[in-house]
Amino acid sequence: MIYRENGQFKTSYAADQQIFPIAQDRWAVLAILAFAFIGVPLLADEYMFRAILIPFLILSLAALGVNLLVGYCGQITLGAGAFMAIGAYAAYNFLIRVDGMPLLAALLLGGLSSAAMGILFGIPSLRVRGLYLAVATLAAQFFWDWAFLRIKWFTNDSSSGSVSVSNLDFFGWNIDGPVDKYLFCLGMLVVFALLARNLTRASIGRQWMAIRDMDVAAEVIGIRPMWAKLSAFAVSSFFVGVAGAMWGFVHLGSWEPAAFSVDRSFQLLFMVIIGGMGSIVGSFFGAAFIIILPIFLNQMLPALGGLVGVSISTTAVSHAELIIFGALIVFFLIVEPHGLARLWATSKEKLRLWPFPH
Amino acid sequence: MAFFLETLIGGLMAGMLYALVALGFVLIFKASGVFNFAQGAMVLFAALAMARFSAWFNAALGGDSLVIANILAFIAAGGVMFVVAWLIERLALRNLVNQEGATLLMATLGITYVLEGIGQTLFGSEIYSIDVGMPKEPVIMFESLFEGGILINKEDFIAALIAAALVAALSLFFQKTSIGRALRAVADDHQAALSIGIPLNRIWVIVWCVAGIVALVAGIIWGSKLGVQFSLATVALRALPVVILGGLTSVPGAIIGGLIIGVGEKLSEVFLGPYVGGGIEIWFAYMLALVFLLFRPQGLFGEKIINRV
Repeated sequence: MIYRENGQFKTSYAADQQIFPIAQDRWAVLAILAFAFIGVPLLADEYMFRAILIPFLILSLAALGVNLLVGYCGQITLGAGAFMAIGAYAAYNFLIRVDGMPLLAALLLGGLSSAAMGILFGIPSLRVRGLYLAVATLAAQFFWDWAFLRIKWFTNDSSSGSVSVSNLDFFGWNIDGPVDKYLFCLGMLVVFALLARNLTRASIGRQWMAIRDMDVAAEVIGIRPMWAKLSAFAVSSFFVGVAGAMWGFVHLGSWEPAAFSVDRSFQLLFMVIIGGMGSIVGSFFGAAFIIILPIFLNQMLPALGGLVGVSISTTAVSHAELIIFGALIVFFLIVEPHGLARLWATSKEKLRLWPFPH
Repeated sequence: MAFFLETLIGGLMAGMLYALVALGFVLIFKASGVFNFAQGAMVLFAALAMARFSAWFNAALGGDSLVIANILAFIAAGGVMFVVAWLIERLALRNLVNQEGATLLMATLGITYVLEGIGQTLFGSEIYSIDVGMPKEPVIMFESLFEGGILINKEDFIAALIAAALVAALSLFFQKTSIGRALRAVADDHQAALSIGIPLNRIWVIVWCVAGIVALVAGIIWGSKLGVQFSLATVALRALPVVILGGLTSVPGAIIGGLIIGVGEKLSEVFLGPYVGGGIEIWFAYMLALVFLLFRPQGLFGEKIINRV
């Protein structure tokens, strides 16, 4: 009844092809953005910012990048953590080795370094596909894990590979409080999400999807697989690299290579698959699910135990967390293999016909 | 020369151990097209079960017959792996038939978490040892040929022999028995196998059980070598390049791949490692696999898949 496009007539191609052609969608997105920029800083406390909101924003950006590659171009990657690390360490090196390097430039240069490496490690995708490719990308993961631990130049000769960044300055805006960090991450995420959405609607995104759906057929109609696949690797790694740089700079402040281990890669892939492959909004759903679930379990399990009169030890809680987390993932894959984004799309479809579905 | 040979032999034996884990991957991928990331967790789970059962039976029997306790523990752990395999098939895989590879991969990652959690809840998360009476002392061979001879770890040698025997048994099982033939049929084409009356679900349970037993053997050998602890689950990550190199669908490929990776790792660590700061074993294996992939995308012995539009 409320969510319906009846009577919304488009009189120009631009109006017909805009990102949100339905007016209600536009208003909803604007309302969410306004709430995120104005409402959340007023309501949330510091714990919320540090433990949930900032990680959510940054990992959403990373998941968005992974989704461009996995969801839109169909190339499975298990090396996303490595590209986050490359972004973080490259940005760090640009920041400390170049005098007067602005923060934004360092972040973007970190992303570009990551993109360059993405192209390099994307080369196997021209020959292999599917699971073979997934394992090939693990090579990137283990190589860079090792490189940042052992090659001292990358970490400015710190002994443990741990580096730290302080006094983040964004064109005169000093980013140090949780609210500042939150707003900075939110701003970056909005810009990048818009970029991703437009990329996927443009020629390049269509090429990626054609390659994903049937690469031989795509080649026949004149899409160059090499260009399409490598550009997907580059753009995806750029996103992931920027996210990695932000994870290091803004969220962690000081970090070591273990922050970007293979577990991070798995986590990002989980976000994409649970959220929905080939969906921008799915990346956000996936990131929210994967970040909130462990925190939720961690808080809820002792409380639940107390309810039935059993006190659960912390090791038992961490084991139970593992079990429930794993079981929920399997459950979600069984119930909705296309991810939360598909549930969202289905419910929107239902809502359009509501309350008269026939 | 002796040192080179020693490294080479050490590499070959390490390679057999990798091959043992890689076998589990290959078995399941061959029969169900699932890339089973949970193999490492299964190795950990089986090793934990074996270590605990062995200790319990040993205590129950009064501590004087380690061999009987170990045999009983092996049977019990095998039973546990059977239950695990059956549950995985029943609860997860049966409901995921016909999904994409990535979805199945993620599902096995989920199973990994569940297995790690349950294993540590049931059997505890301390470090255990498995004592199946494997000799630990090294022997020196070929003393007449080289000065000082070649140092060989007896434990590794026995492990390699067991691995080779297991591979031979599995090859026979796949080639000669009717179940093996059914497994190969299912691997070739699910629907065709179904239509000639091969019970798909039972076949999958069987193949997961076989993979569980392979995991148990791998767990015992790795566990008695390194101790049973959480890091055993990461053995899977060490075995992945082996599978990729050998080809996902080939049992002999897992062995040859394991040997190549084992030798490559050891030689690179010993002769290349000192120049770049050491610790290169793990990524060197992946790089080796990657380079192989560039020239043979289906691995050494994998089936070449031809795509048609």
